[in-house]
Amino acid sequence: MACFLVPAGEAVATTIITKLVKSKEEKERSASDSINVAIDTQIKIPFSHKLKWLNNMLWGGSALLAFEHIWHGEVVPWFPFLTAAENPIARSEMLQEMSTVGVAMALLVSAVWVGITTASNVIEKRPQQAVKVKAHRGRNQ
Amino acid sequence: MTLLTAVLAAIITTIIWYQKDSRNEMKTGTLSLIYWGASLMWLTDAVFAYIQLQADYFNPSPADMLNDLFLGISAVVFGLLLWLILMLLKDPKGIIRQALENIQN
Repeated sequence: MACFLVPAGEAVATTIITKLVKSKEEKERSASDSINVAIDTQIKIPFSHKLKWLNNMLWGGSALLAFEHIWHGEVVPWFPFLTAAENPIARSEMLQEMSTVGVAMALLVSAVWVGITTASNVIEKRPQQAVKVKAHRGRNQ
Repeated sequence: MTLLTAVLAAIITTIIWYQKDSRNEMKTGTLSLIYWGASLMWLTDAVFAYIQLQADYFNPSPADMLNDLFLGISAVVFGLLLWLILMLLKDPKGIIRQALENIQN
């Protein structure tokens, strides 16, 4: 009915957070450049970049689900835009679906993002030399 | 069928990103995340539908399957359109900028 609105709402929030985190990181980077800090050779992906992965999943998923809802005639181009919002019974059903399916969707996407971020943190901590040697061995086999 | 189509698209784009575009120059990483996001959401939808319908969930009518497949393919094409617009706007290889400069000159 309108379950995609919950992850879309989360996407709005995470996009704002990403912008704030990115501006903070840029300020920190410019400050560290001015005092000439030694260059860290370890790969370090900024947290704002990792948040973009979550944004892409949430925005992309919500857009494709919105397309599905248009396909099924549940989203229309005139007010109130959701056919379920036109009568009280359907409205309560819609709200119930949003609070169950919608919230579960947002939680699952967020949980998968936490998994991806954790895996990326583990990969970042691996010494670069070991990665290069492994890649070289792989090429020779 | 919609879920299966989206998962298939997500797997294919992830393989393309891993093999050809690990620097995300063509934004295939973004496309794969779009498909993974939709797949996860449709998976949740499928779990809730399974809880309601139980075994009947796995016995859809041929007409429903065909409609879902058609929807799945259309959703994948819609995702490709979003990716194309995003790529043209970001212009990661500077091709559009160069083309515009050529027109101006």
